Amino acid sequence: MTNSQLTPGVVPGRLTAESYCQNFADVAPPLDGHEARVAADRCYFCHDAPCVTACPTAIDIPLFIRQIATGTPEAAAKTILSQNILGGMCARVCPTENLCEGSCVRETAEGQPVQIGALQRFATDTLMAANAHPFARATPTGKSVAVVGAGPAGLACAHRLAMRGHDVTIYESRPKPGGLNEYGIASYKAPGGFARAEVDWLMQIGGISVVENWQLGRAGDGTLDDLLARHAAVFLGMGLAGVNALRIPGEDRDHVTPATDFIAELRQAADLAALPVGRDVVVIGGGMTAVDAAVQAKLLGAENVTIVYRRSQADMPASRHEQDHATAAGVRIIANAMPVAIHGNGAVREVEFAYTRPGPEGIERLPETFRLKADQCFKAIGQTLEGTPEAIRIAGGKIWIEHSGRTSLSRVWAGGDCALGGDDLTVTAVAQGRDAAEDIHTFLMGA
Amino acid sequence: MANLTSNFIGIKSPNPFWLASAPPTDKEYNVRRAYEAGWGGVVWKTLGAEGPPVVNVNGPRYGVIHGADRRVLGINNIELITDRPLEVNLREIKSVKRDYPDRALVVSLMVPCDEDSWKAILARVEDTGADGVELNFGCPHGMAERGMGSAVGQVPEYIEMVTRWVKQHSRMPCIVKLTPNITDIRKPAEAAKRGGADAVSLINTINSITSVDLDDFAPEPKIDGKGTHGGYCGPAVKPIALNMVAEIARSPATAGLPISGIGGVTTWRDAAEFMALGAGNVQVCTAAMTYGFKVVQEMISGLSDYMDRKGFTSTADLVGRAVPNVTDWQYLNLNYVTKAVINQDDCIKCGRCYAACEDTSHQAIAMSPDRVFTVKDEECVACNLCVDVCPVENCITMKELPKGAVDPRTGQVVGDYANWTTHPNNPSAQAAE
Ligand SMILES: Cc1cc2nc3c(=O)[nH]c(=O)nc-3n(C[C@H](O)[C@H](O)[C@H](O)COP(=O)(O)OP(=O)(O)OC[C@H]3O[C@@H](n4cnc5c(N)ncnc54)[C@H](O)[C@@H]3O)c2cc1C
Ligand SMILES: Cc1cc2nc3c(=O)[nH]c(=O)nc-3n(C[C@H](O)[C@H](O)[C@H](O)COP(=O)(O)O)c2cc1C
Ligand code: SF4
Repeated sequence: MTNSQLTPGVVPGRLTAESYCQNFADVAPPLDGHEARVAADRCYFCHDAPCVTACPTAIDIPLFIRQIATGTPEAAAKTILSQNILGGMCARVCPTENLCEGSCVRETAEGQPVQIGALQRFATDTLMAANAHPFARATPTGKSVAVVGAGPAGLACAHRLAMRGHDVTIYESRPKPGGLNEYGIASYKAPGGFARAEVDWLMQIGGISVVENWQLGRAGDGTLDDLLARHAAVFLGMGLAGVNALRIPGEDRDHVTPATDFIAELRQAADLAALPVGRDVVVIGGGMTAVDAAVQAKLLGAENVTIVYRRSQADMPASRHEQDHATAAGVRIIANAMPVAIHGNGAVREVEFAYTRPGPEGIERLPETFRLKADQCFKAIGQTLEGTPEAIRIAGGKIWIEHSGRTSLSRVWAGGDCALGGDDLTVTAVAQGRDAAEDIHTFLMGA
Repeated sequence: MANLTSNFIGIKSPNPFWLASAPPTDKEYNVRRAYEAGWGGVVWKTLGAEGPPVVNVNGPRYGVIHGADRRVLGINNIELITDRPLEVNLREIKSVKRDYPDRALVVSLMVPCDEDSWKAILARVEDTGADGVELNFGCPHGMAERGMGSAVGQVPEYIEMVTRWVKQHSRMPCIVKLTPNITDIRKPAEAAKRGGADAVSLINTINSITSVDLDDFAPEPKIDGKGTHGGYCGPAVKPIALNMVAEIARSPATAGLPISGIGGVTTWRDAAEFMALGAGNVQVCTAAMTYGFKVVQEMISGLSDYMDRKGFTSTADLVGRAVPNVTDWQYLNLNYVTKAVINQDDCIKCGRCYAACEDTSHQAIAMSPDRVFTVKDEECVACNLCVDVCPVENCITMKELPKGAVDPRTGQVVGDYANWTTHPNNPSAQAAE
């Protein structure tokens, strides 16, 4: 350890080896068998349960919890995975406080929901520890489908298509599959290489091949027409590859970067101690990406980390639970302030903000300003669609789709973050990928 | 603090809570600590005849039924009577009774079915200064195969005969402990009364198999791959015991016969229920085996608070108070009409009432798309199932329709008391006077 938390600039090795280990360990350790039984006992087995309605993939939660309670966690896992093939990752990353657990009747009764996420993890971990894959392929249909993007949407779509007997080729621009599970999700939510292990487990269904380092639209790789020529149908699950710019003076100074780049680098780092981080870090934005960048910067040893959001704290897209997680980690949250300039000489030294207030036409800038010391600044004000084929219809910055996932182009479906209708969550991406696969299957078999 | 002192067939104890004859009362060490913990009395673990004591299995003796969170709902056992020498037990009984003269100490007995055996042991028990004897005609396993325990308790003539011997050869108060493993509990109770018993106690344990090992295909508890039926006890048997106590208390042939209530007593409330149905005191085994002797402290404080609330000055005020309200089905008022009412403020929208009513029979609960549950009075038969399955206490209640109101289900006006005996659908109805 050559540096400390007080070392100025953007430097690596601010902490002891031990602290890195502790800081990036499982944020919510798994339940053991006894804890799972106790937690499962609390489920009321509601009729037409509200938690099922609240789950974007409509997992039969009371049933799988009853299966855990009766000592059959593998059956529970199958109940989960038949609706949501990435049930293992979702158990770790879903904002359950807004989804299933938020609607649990015991939340209403006692302010203490059944621990649905943790129980889901218990079941899926048990099954995956046995390396068992509970689904089998249908008789091959001889039909071939292209899936663009190996994120949650693409993987869910590919698995369901393979299960129905189709041959699937996934085209992925990154060197590894997984999408934001591999490059985005906060590392303490899914430590131990879980994203990769889950993809390997998912692939056991067979019938899926992955072409890595292949980017749709990039010269030398291929176009949508190329894919349509080779495959009977195409599913676009390419997520949001671009990031929004701040559009303020000084944005091009050194150490002003997209938060997603920082997170991706962190997720892929072989040695966290080698990863440089600033002493004073400013994160601009109010969503999950802002929170994850801020918390992880803090865990890497930054002395001061501040999230600045232009609207009120209640308006932040990050859930209350995530905000609390950030503040508990020592991150400061400043609301109602917008960035106006980035100062510095080569690298960033200060970020200047103006106070805001809500007005009739959105937020209004106030004359008062303030500056925050910063040797690193992360932009987390949203990702944008990038690299979509020209011809496809776009609405509200996303690929326009029907409920079934069909786009404006024939034989082309889309789902996940790149498409309309989701909530930019892993679980909604899975739901859309799965549902599009079913529609593609109907289309292929009817044709 | 209410006065909890109890006088049961002349045996006095500072409270009506006795430990039943079972492992917690098997030796001096236990019984002393039980008294220190506050138990009003004990029935010593059943003694057998002179000679080499019985032997127990050396593998597991208990099977269990768990509720949520591994709460013990019922236990069964294949234990026999005391496996310690008679002389040791008698010496210990004498020593304990000498040191705790204010506590009840009753000795449970089970010897072969001949007069000499009973005569012999009675003299020795009397010598200990014990307050009375309890005849164990209940043990359903092991001893029954040898012609004792429930093998006697299932034959009223034997009960009467042995009880008579005991009363003949001893001045001690005599309690006859009944087995529930029969069809009509009134018959053995009547036999005990005829034989001169001062009281009956019930229930002993119920024939049962708690579970089956699905890998070894053997009942639990299993001994080297085989199992046998055991005796079931604990909270799960309370409803059966309560009914049997009530049957004896309200039967004209046995009315007034003192009863010691046993079976699943775990809290003060259980004890009070037994007493309201006619038990003069209660005996406890499983609760002490599960939670230790300390549970009696809650029973004492709870019963005392309850009696204060009710203005009862002695336990006698409570004993038998519910007996007049136990009747036969045919005398129930068919013009008592109630309807379930769901309190929307308390409802947590789990929908269990809906599932229960919809799938059981009556389809009397409506569910709106936003999960508001309401009772359809025109369908509700007032069965109470929704109340039972609702996880929130008092969220669903039963509201009585006033006399003169029209029951929307039947279209009939709620009238005066009328029961099945006079109902037009009853083929053997007697005309109302
Ligand atoms: C930092 C961060 C944290 C998050 N935390 C959570 C969380 O805790 N819980 C939660 O539910 N959600 C979280 N999300 C959101 C969640 O990760 C996404 O909603 C989800 O991953 C969307 O899945 P997807 O398959 O649509 O897109 P992605 O996961 O983005 O996958 C798209 C894939 O397509 C590939 N691709 C892109 N363009 C091309 C192209 N032209 N050709 C070929 N391949 C291409 C990409 O490389 C990527 O692998 C987080 C997002 C971020 C950024
Ligand atoms: C392990 C065990 C051993 C028992 N042994 C005797 C016995 O020796 N004599 C007897 O009369 N009853 C015996 N019983 C029955 C209890 O005294 C009592 O009647 C029965 O357990 C019901 O009460 P409970 O529900 O409070 O346990 C035994 C019960 C258990 C669990
Ligand atoms: S009392 Fe019975 S019939 Fe009436 S609503 Fe409840 S469950 Fe249905």
